[in-house]
Amino acid sequence: MNRRKTWNALGTGILSATLLATFPFLLIFLAQMFYKGFAVLSPEFLLSAPREAMTAGGIFPALIGTFLLTALSILIALPLGILTAIWMNNYGKPVWLIRILRIAINTLAGTPSIIFGLFGMAAFVNIMGLDVSLLAGGLTLAILALPVIINNTEEALRTVPADFRDASLALGATTRQTISRVLLPTALPNILTGAIISVGRVAGETAPIMFTAATFYSRRLPGSLSDEVMALPYHIYALMTEGTHPDEQVPIAYGTALVLLLLVLLVSAVAIFIRYSIRRKRQW
Amino acid sequence: MNSFKERLFKAAAYTASLFTIAVLLSIIAGLFGEGLPLFKSFSPGKFLFTNDWYPTHAEPSFGALTLIIGSLAVTLGALVIAIPLGLGSAIFISELAGSRMKEAAKPVIELLAGIPSVVYGLFGMAFLAPLIRQWFKLDTGLNIFTTSIILGVMIVPIICSMSEDALSSVPKSIREASLALGATRVESIFRAVIPAAKSGIIGSILLGFGRAVGETMVVLMLAGGAAKMPTSIFSSARPLTSTIAAEMGETVMGDLHYQSLFALAILLFLLTFVTNLVTELVFLRRGNQ
Amino acid sequence: MQHKVVIFVLALILAALPVLAKKTQITCSGSTTVLPIAQATAEAFMDANPNINISVRGGGSGVGVAALQNGTVQIANSSRPMKAKEVTQAKSKGVNPTPYAIALDGIAMVAHDSNPVSNLTIAQIKSIYTGKIKNWKDLGGPNLPIVVISRDVASGTFEVFNEKALGGAKVGASAQLLASNNAIVTTVADTPGAIGYAGLGYLSSEVKILNVNGITPSDKTVKDGTYPLARKLYMYTNGKAAGDVNKFIAFIQSAAGQKIVKEQGFITLK
Repeated sequence: MNRRKTWNALGTGILSATLLATFPFLLIFLAQMFYKGFAVLSPEFLLSAPREAMTAGGIFPALIGTFLLTALSILIALPLGILTAIWMNNYGKPVWLIRILRIAINTLAGTPSIIFGLFGMAAFVNIMGLDVSLLAGGLTLAILALPVIINNTEEALRTVPADFRDASLALGATTRQTISRVLLPTALPNILTGAIISVGRVAGETAPIMFTAATFYSRRLPGSLSDEVMALPYHIYALMTEGTHPDEQVPIAYGTALVLLLLVLLVSAVAIFIRYSIRRKRQW
Repeated sequence: MNSFKERLFKAAAYTASLFTIAVLLSIIAGLFGEGLPLFKSFSPGKFLFTNDWYPTHAEPSFGALTLIIGSLAVTLGALVIAIPLGLGSAIFISELAGSRMKEAAKPVIELLAGIPSVVYGLFGMAFLAPLIRQWFKLDTGLNIFTTSIILGVMIVPIICSMSEDALSSVPKSIREASLALGATRVESIFRAVIPAAKSGIIGSILLGFGRAVGETMVVLMLAGGAAKMPTSIFSSARPLTSTIAAEMGETVMGDLHYQSLFALAILLFLLTFVTNLVTELVFLRRGNQ
Repeated sequence: MQHKVVIFVLALILAALPVLAKKTQITCSGSTTVLPIAQATAEAFMDANPNINISVRGGGSGVGVAALQNGTVQIANSSRPMKAKEVTQAKSKGVNPTPYAIALDGIAMVAHDSNPVSNLTIAQIKSIYTGKIKNWKDLGGPNLPIVVISRDVASGTFEVFNEKALGGAKVGASAQLLASNNAIVTTVADTPGAIGYAGLGYLSSEVKILNVNGITPSDKTVKDGTYPLARKLYMYTNGKAAGDVNKFIAFIQSAAGQKIVKEQGFITLK
């Protein structure tokens, strides 16, 4: 009996140790990011372009570039994703098509982002002749965001009780009216949460935009969809690997990384907060 | 008018669905269309099973074995770190933690899963690699070991959150029955709860594998980039993803080198595709919901 | 009604796309070696010409050439002369690549600071990198195994080194392959038996720079062509450069531009 007690204590100890082991690493990671990042963070850093051969100045063009890329990709992916989820949830015939669609979505969700980058380069940049541009990068990122949005929207639509739909249909509303006046409004907060989560994911991606949208240095903000843009994640990578002045450029990379990290964490935190408060409030 | 709108709406939803399938098909067609021509001039056997990766040489050779081994080495290294940490944390959160902690843990894990990989790459390159080089007196800190640590930490949230789901969905009655029969907490976890959640746990590990093998930025920045058979965990490696990312820029569109990188992408795609399919259909059984 | 408005707006956006797509700037793309020069000179050029915007993209020499072929950039940066295949491909698309030399670069052989060896011949370098010489004592140095460090085989720097120092021979299997000039310099600085090579712009005082065939890599020896491991860096344009593009390239070649080239650690043309 005593041996079993010892084992029990030991097991509990080991299990808590695994959780505890993850924390110091994360603490060092976050401490390092904040400590090194805050050293260069300033309003000027956020609002000016790089200067003096990328050894001084700020990240404004990259900040705007990431914002535009993310916004564009979500604008493209959101309607497509919502429509696809609606079809799966409400029309969904024939069944074999649904099966294929589900495999397609899961496959897209698990495909490495560098493959989207390659595809974007071959299809959008070269074949469609969009050049390395905001549009090519936005389309590539939209493909990346699509499965996340579809899955979230479908999940959101599924949580709307069947009674709602039945009641609406029984009152004589058409399927379309039921969807647009009952299902979508009810599921909207959850759909938006999904969209916000994909914003966080898209904003931090580097590999898909390397060959489709990102430029090393441009002072002017993009004037059209066919301009290439600086972007925060690519800026970090470029400074770390292609810079010739590491003493000045590594601190800038840390500052850029902190900005990106804060943006992504903030966006995800908002999404998570909304979702949890919806769950708490839900009445049905 | 109304029925026209009905049909239009349905058609739009239908088109969007077909579009999603079309996207996947065109990705597959794109990869194979650009990559397969390589095998007209370089045999697939040599591609898969020889080590000479000299893509820009006068007589180029495209033996990708070192790259495949490189990918597997960093991925397995990452799993060695992530499985105990992720699984242990999941068990702790699901079985031992109080409800307050449980509620706090989920969003934190979710937040961690969202940290951009390039930020991890920066941290590894500027902070961890120099330390590892000093500690182990190495020539370079950019090696399989450093990469595995960072990659491992990256996939901990995935393994943790998925296995936690699996553990939490084990019916309460199983735990109660086991405890009622006199088992201790830990005994009932390992003998009753974990076996019941087995397939979900394996699924979470496979998902972690798929994620790690396809990760680009961390391995590009940290693995050192040597296209050479690794001889120890402190060797540099050049995984598939970083090869594609690093070399795409040096290729001439449509030449053998360009095709060889798409061939690598095919390999990578098949690897993740099969892993995901097996995970979905066999272990998570979500495929035919 | 709503739908009509949406359709109308969409149509407007579609109609506006070609207008939005109008190019108002110079884009140059290509070799990462040329990147620091292109970036720093672009900055100075834009300060003097605020109405012109220059976007500088890396990617690699191949990417720049492909983009020039497709007519999507005005300038392709390259750390090597264009390959014959690339020129034919460009010509078939009606693009006539015209090279402009903008700077010189030397590849320096570096060793650990404590290493007494100060000169290597090209033949010795080749023997080291192909694995025939394995110890510094065969080169008149101490009894110390040589740690061979090379760039990864797909980099432009490797391509030039491979051609000029190794005569196309393959690097031996025991060599360490590192991904950047910086990594090579820091590794060599910390490893007593190491030998490596890096572009002149990346050298630090922590490593010992070796003579090659008795010649020290310097401004003078690279310019007069006596240092064997040297290369020219190019900007390619479609046909003769004209207008703002010509102005930009002329600026880089001018005294002011070449001063920046020097500041970035490269060697001026004249």
